[in-house]
Amino acid sequence: MRVALFITCVNDTLFPGTGKAVVRLLERLGCTVDFPAEQSCCGQMHFNTGYRDDAKPLASRFVSTFSGYEAVVVPSGSCAAMVREWYPSLGISPPGGVFELTEFLVDVLGVTDVGAYFPHTVTYHPTCHSLRSLKVGSRPLDLLSEVRGLTLVPLGGAEECCGFGGTFSLKNPAVSAAMCSDKVRSVLDTGAEVLCAADNSCLMHIGGALSRQRTGVRVMHLAEILAATEGDT
Amino acid sequence: MNAFVGMPSFPKASSKSVSDAQLRHNLRKATHTIRAKRALVVDEQPDWAALRSAGAAIKDRTLRHLDVYLERLEEAVTAAGGTVHWAADAAEANRIVTGLVKATGETEVVKVKSMATQEIDLNSALEAEGITAYETDLAELIVQLGDDWPSHILVPAIHRNRAEIREIFLSKMAAWGRPAPADLKDDPRALADAARLHLRERFLSARVGISGANFAVAETGTLVVLESEGNGRMCLTLPETLISVVGIEKIVPTWQDLEVFMQLLPRSSTGERMNPYTSMWTGATEGQTFHLVLLDNGRTSVLADEVGRQALRCIRCSACLNVCPVYERAGGHAYGSVYPGPIGAILTPQLKGMAGPLEESLPYASTLCGACYDVCPVAINIPEVLLDLRSKVVTRGHHGQRLAMGAARRVLDSPRWLAVAQNSAGRLRHWTPRRLPGPLSAWSDTRDVPRPPKESFRQWWATR
Ligand code: SF4
Repeated sequence: MRVALFITCVNDTLFPGTGKAVVRLLERLGCTVDFPAEQSCCGQMHFNTGYRDDAKPLASRFVSTFSGYEAVVVPSGSCAAMVREWYPSLGISPPGGVFELTEFLVDVLGVTDVGAYFPHTVTYHPTCHSLRSLKVGSRPLDLLSEVRGLTLVPLGGAEECCGFGGTFSLKNPAVSAAMCSDKVRSVLDTGAEVLCAADNSCLMHIGGALSRQRTGVRVMHLAEILAATEGDT
Repeated sequence: MNAFVGMPSFPKASSKSVSDAQLRHNLRKATHTIRAKRALVVDEQPDWAALRSAGAAIKDRTLRHLDVYLERLEEAVTAAGGTVHWAADAAEANRIVTGLVKATGETEVVKVKSMATQEIDLNSALEAEGITAYETDLAELIVQLGDDWPSHILVPAIHRNRAEIREIFLSKMAAWGRPAPADLKDDPRALADAARLHLRERFLSARVGISGANFAVAETGTLVVLESEGNGRMCLTLPETLISVVGIEKIVPTWQDLEVFMQLLPRSSTGERMNPYTSMWTGATEGQTFHLVLLDNGRTSVLADEVGRQALRCIRCSACLNVCPVYERAGGHAYGSVYPGPIGAILTPQLKGMAGPLEESLPYASTLCGACYDVCPVAINIPEVLLDLRSKVVTRGHHGQRLAMGAARRVLDSPRWLAVAQNSAGRLRHWTPRRLPGPLSAWSDTRDVPRPPKESFRQWWATR
């Protein structure tokens, strides 16, 4: 199957490892991956801060870049939610076939065992947009539980927001930090080595605090775990 | 004077409350308890989703024809011997109520817990005219005795714990009437008993009662109050004069419509299957006088806003407060209004306009996590309204932010410029500061800033 990858501006610029993992994973599952170079940003930051006029050209760019494709894979819950849930309120109709990564794997490719091997203890943070806007449900957990070697431990208060919220963490730093520290405590309580999520923005925020506190807990995008195989360790 | 006048912006007010460990502990405990109770009783209702959309639809239909139903209500109340007054704003409502109380010759009134009278700060207006208003709801009493402000719609004293309440009772009750027993313990039962004795004397002597209403049924002119202590019922039935101040959006057309909300409200607010005390009255009872003050105070302008008007569906259940992670840390006072939490963040700026620093910061007092929308029994899409309000805020000033956003957009709208920016970030990666400058520093105080990678995904792909 031919799929287009929308990498998202944050992943492209700061977390290219996630993009490489998505490519590796999809190719391993028999897909042909296209990366249309005209892509850039879904417009979420501008839209969420109130700058609709700035978000619009970015949304139009997304639509013109991706409308020719049968399937567009997005390794970010919040960007996929932006496209599907909010483009209509900008007067722009989203192209069909935009999938968050776990939706694409489970619903379109019909796999939960992606042939991954990752011998570590992992806990999963569902992230608000995956959970509530996209309603991805148990898909990420189903995928993780098929990974060989992986021990999945439940995260207490998993459904609680980590406090990132894009520019929220800049506009309301005190409340954001308080939410983040509670999330960090829940993560540490699990005893996991790795905190996994399907959105690098949330992981950057929680991971930044985990690192500042020298907890030794790593954060990893779900794609990076699913792409891992025996050869990697 | 209204306690909430001249409030600082939300980030300022909340950064103070966030550092109050006791407050955070009290709030966490209380909200998590109610949250769990609510989830349990909502999950056992098989047709919750249908009830929820019915509730939203009834409210929307009523709001669309508000003029018709309001006139119908006025007619029915008048026919049943009540008198209806119309108040365009807080000042007018306060003028009407104080005038009515003064006409009775009384200088004391008992109050049923009411958001509308809090909103217009009626107690201060009465006080200015030499009339003392006694709050009779237990939590509202604690707030009044403690010379404090409410911080939650349903549990105004949620920010207080048992020990603090005991202190307040011991030191303040005597000044307001019957003192608390000297050996008062801080267990809930003892505290409730002290309040009961204190309030009983009040009920028996009161000749004027003031209430709000959860619902007003247009077809019969019936007002409805839901509460869990029975104190409200005492205020509604014992006095000779009853004055109810009710927001115009509280109307429901028929009893059949009311039935839907009688299921939605108790489960959403207190996590109860059925409401403990539901009082209903229609017009004046023999020997009593009844006045209904219908309050606009900004509501018709909210109604005029296509996206924002859904906020008027709100039945003040407070479910959105109890699940909100921001409310849980910031506390109710930071919202600078009697409506805190997610509903406050969309209602206050709409009712008051967004000219002040607080009002324009409120639409940003959310991470848009969506938990409020999920629990709202009348399906108010709070994130949608927040986003709409944000787009209105940025059209008025914010030059620095607008420049930055414009510049970011131009880079992001050009893959070529994006690549240039990524290249330079990659080359300068070792100079990326661990601590960010200026207004961004608060972020990096508690978090490490990620270092840009050597090459972007785009560059890697090009060489593949
Ligand atoms: S907005 Fe919804 S959840 Fe919040 S108080 Fe109103 S009705 Fe309840």
